[in-house]
Amino acid sequence: MSLREAAAITGVGETAYTRGSGKSVLAMQLEAALKAIQDAGLSPKDIDGIVPYGAGVVAEDFITNFGIPDLRFSAVTPMGGASCVAAIQCAAAAIAAGVCNHVLLVIGRNGFSGNRIGARVAQMPQFRTIAEFEMPLGAIAPAQLYAPMARRHMELYGTKSEQWAEIAVSTRHNAILNGNATMTKPITVEDHQGSRMISDPLRLLDCSLESDGAAAVVVSASDRAKDLAKRPVLVMGVAEGHPDSPSAITQRPDLTRLGLAKAAPKAFAMAGVTHDDIDVAEIYDCFTYIVMCQIEDLGFVKKGEGGPFVGDGNIKLGGRLPINTHGGLLSQSHMAGMNHICELARQLRGEAGRAQVADAEVGLVTGYGDMGDGSVAIMRRG
Amino acid sequence: MPDQVAAKPVPEPTPDTQPYWDGLRAGKLLIQSCASCGKLRFYPRPMCDACYSMESTWVEASGRGTVHSWTVTHHPFHAGFKGELPYILATVDLAEGVRMNAQMRGIDQDGLRIGLPVKIGFEAAGEGLILPVIGPG
Repeated sequence: MSLREAAAITGVGETAYTRGSGKSVLAMQLEAALKAIQDAGLSPKDIDGIVPYGAGVVAEDFITNFGIPDLRFSAVTPMGGASCVAAIQCAAAAIAAGVCNHVLLVIGRNGFSGNRIGARVAQMPQFRTIAEFEMPLGAIAPAQLYAPMARRHMELYGTKSEQWAEIAVSTRHNAILNGNATMTKPITVEDHQGSRMISDPLRLLDCSLESDGAAAVVVSASDRAKDLAKRPVLVMGVAEGHPDSPSAITQRPDLTRLGLAKAAPKAFAMAGVTHDDIDVAEIYDCFTYIVMCQIEDLGFVKKGEGGPFVGDGNIKLGGRLPINTHGGLLSQSHMAGMNHICELARQLRGEAGRAQVADAEVGLVTGYGDMGDGSVAIMRRG
Repeated sequence: MPDQVAAKPVPEPTPDTQPYWDGLRAGKLLIQSCASCGKLRFYPRPMCDACYSMESTWVEASGRGTVHSWTVTHHPFHAGFKGELPYILATVDLAEGVRMNAQMRGIDQDGLRIGLPVKIGFEAAGEGLILPVIGPG
C-alpha cells in the first residue's frame, strides 16, 4: 500500500502573527483550527483524527472545546521543526488504513511573549544528550548547535555569507507581499551583512523569528476531499528522515547532510515527479543556511552547490525555484513550518495573492528539526 | 546590590554517564568501549549499536585531536555565559575516532581551520564540576 494521493490538504487556517498575543496558546490553536475546518467546509464535529504539535496542547483539549463526538485517532510526531510535515505522513497513513477521514494538524505558541527558544529546548527530551554534554559548555541554543554545520560547509565548499543573505532578502520581500507577516520592512544584502553576529557565521538576519500565533491544516481522505469547499491539494509523496546520530550533531558522520537526504528520494519516488516538475517550494527556514542545505539534500543541486544556487536569484519569485513565498520563519512567523504547509496549499489553489506563482501545479514543503530530522511532502492541485 | 552571577546549566549524570564525569574530575577524558566487541562510543549511552551489549569499559583518550568545525558565539543566549562572550565552541575529531565539543582556550579565531591540531585540557567550573577545554595541539 502506498500513501500516494491517499490524502489531501482540504483546509488551512492561521491566526494573526504577532509579538505579544495576549491570548492563551489553546485559544489561538482553537481559532486557527476552526478557520482551517471551516475553510474545508467541515464542522469541528467531522474531525476524527488529531495530530497536535507536541508541546502544551493535546488532542483532549480539542475534544473538549469542539465537542468532537468520536475522535478515532491521535498521535504526535515529536521532531521539532520537522513535526508538522511529518504529521502529514502520520495522518495520511491513518487515513489510508481506514482509521479516520479528517485529521487536524495544529500548532500554536507564545514563542515571543512566553518561553523563548533558549529556555524551551533544555526541557525537550530530544535535547537530553545536548543538555547533559553540550549545554554546560555554553552550547545552549539552536543557533550555536547549527552554526558549526554552516561553518564546515563554508570551509569545504567556499560558501559565502552573502549567498545566505539572498535567502533573507527574498524571504523578506515575500513576507511584505503576504499581509500577515511580522516583518514588513524591506532589507538588502548590505543590511544582512551589517546585522550583528549571533553565533558565527550566523548573523541576526540569518535567524528566524520568535512568534506568537497559531496555524492549522486539515488532511482528508482523497475520496472525501472532492466534495469539500475548496479545490483539494493532493499529497503525492511524503516521507520523514532521520540523520545518523540524531541526538547530537557533533557525532554526525557528515555535518552537512541532514535527515532530509534520506526522505527526499522516497517522497519523489512516491510522487512520481522530478525536480523539474516542482513549481514552488516552501522550505523550512529556521536559519538561512538550513534552507540552502535542504536544497542540496532535496537533490535540486549537488552537495556544495547550494551557495551559488541561492546566491544567483533562482529562489526569488519568478526564478527557477521560488521558495518561501509567504515569508517563512525568517520574516512571516515561526509556526514550526505549519505556515509553510498553509502557504503551499494556497499556492496550489491559486489563492496566494500577490505572491502567487503563475500556474503552480506541483509544489513541495519541507520540515527540519532538532538535530537534523527532516520531512518532505510533494503536492499537486486536484 | 552587587551583580549576581547567573547559574550555568550543569550536567545531571545518569548511571550510564557518571563514569565520564568522574573521569573529568580525575583529569582524564574517558571514552566508553563496548565490553563485548570493543567498539568505542560517544557520548556515553547504555547500548552498543554494533552488538547490542550493555556492558562497557572506559578507556582514557589521548586528548589529541583536530578541528572539525567551530562557531564563535556573540549573543548572550544564557546569562551564565554573558561574561565570557565572545567564546569559541569547537567540534574536534579525537584521535580515537569520536568527536566532542568544548570551548577553546588560547587559540585565535583567525587561526582556525579544519584539521588544526588541538589538545584536550581540563578546567574547573565550580561545585566540583570539571569541563573539557580545547587548547593548542
